[in-house]
Amino acid sequence: MSADSTTAGATAAGASDGVPLYDVDNPAPVIEPPRKRTGKTPKSTRTNFELYGWLFMRLSGIVLVVLVLGHLLIQLMLDGGVSKIGFAFVAGRWASPFWQAWDLCMLWLAMLHGANGLRTVINDYAQRDNTRFWLKMLLYTATVFTVLLGTLVIFTFDPNIR
Amino acid sequence: MPAGTLYRGREGMWSWVAHRVTGVLIFFFLFVHVLDTALVRVSPEAYDNVVATYKTPIVNVMEYGLVAAILFHALNGLRVIAVDFWSKGPKYQKQLLWTVVGVWVVLMAGAFYPVLQHTLRTLFGS
Ligand code: HEM
Ligand code: HEM
Repeated sequence: MSADSTTAGATAAGASDGVPLYDVDNPAPVIEPPRKRTGKTPKSTRTNFELYGWLFMRLSGIVLVVLVLGHLLIQLMLDGGVSKIGFAFVAGRWASPFWQAWDLCMLWLAMLHGANGLRTVINDYAQRDNTRFWLKMLLYTATVFTVLLGTLVIFTFDPNIR
Repeated sequence: MPAGTLYRGREGMWSWVAHRVTGVLIFFFLFVHVLDTALVRVSPEAYDNVVATYKTPIVNVMEYGLVAAILFHALNGLRVIAVDFWSKGPKYQKQLLWTVVGVWVVLMAGAFYPVLQHTLRTLFGS
């Protein structure tokens, strides 16, 4: 690909006077592929983390379609919509291990999916190294806190709290 | 030719913008939502108090908006997955987008009464 575009570019650039810019005696400068891994590449970028992140977004997305749309259907639409929600309603649902497991999976998958998505957004828009670093630290702190709190609430729920 | 250097994509760019905006929005909602659900560990009254705000007309309308955002993000997410993994996906990405929009419109029309029934009943109800 790079060889082709270099030739095309050189021909196009030199086309006005009909003389190619580069030839065998005057070769075009070699441009290294921007992502090429060299000896100087830091170890931390030698993993396939981004590939697994990309795959996770798609796999978790498929599962979340069922979990989140099902959740919205139950909470907002069936059985009177939002009217029925209250402590007693939650106590009834979390009496069942099935809905506890549903909510737990939804919590972890949605939080990790959303956090990984927001990491991409931060990487795209925060230009200064410092800003990017601190925004991601804030994101990771909020994510760990929310996942742990939500997990704790599901496991320690007490219908007879009062 | 446009004079500027601004990238002007077509449907593909706008669906990407909408996917990004809805994704960020849902994430912020989820953060607040786990905090309000955590009130079940404080007391039934504290939880029922915060749920009462979910039942006000304005917030009820916002819930319809949340459904709209999630439904678009979910359907378009499936389209992104189809474009990535289905061999004919890239060729039909535009048709897929209009399918997404069509299904979204139908489902949003169908969700109108179920989601807003609480408000409709308290404002006009018998
Ligand atoms: C306005 C719309 C929503 C309402 C009224 C609502 C209502 C509820 C209720 C009553 C619970 C208590 C447990 C249960 O009944 O299953 C709950 C838990 C939960 N919801 Fe929602 N929900 C809404 C939207 C969402 C969305 C969009 C998501 C995901 C993106 C979500 C994720 C969760 C999670 C993860 C839990 C478990 C929380 C925890 O572990 O403490 N909810 N929701
Ligand atoms: C309902 C099912 C869902 C599906 C099918 C889905 C699908 C996807 C896919 C495939 C991507 C990757 C897009 C890309 O790489 O270009 C993505 C990105 C994203 N998702 Fe979801 N998702 C769902 C639910 C959620 C939820 C519940 C949240 C929030 C907690 C969320 C937040 C995000 C964010 C912030 C991004 C990054 C957007 C970007 O980089 O432009 N998604 N989603």
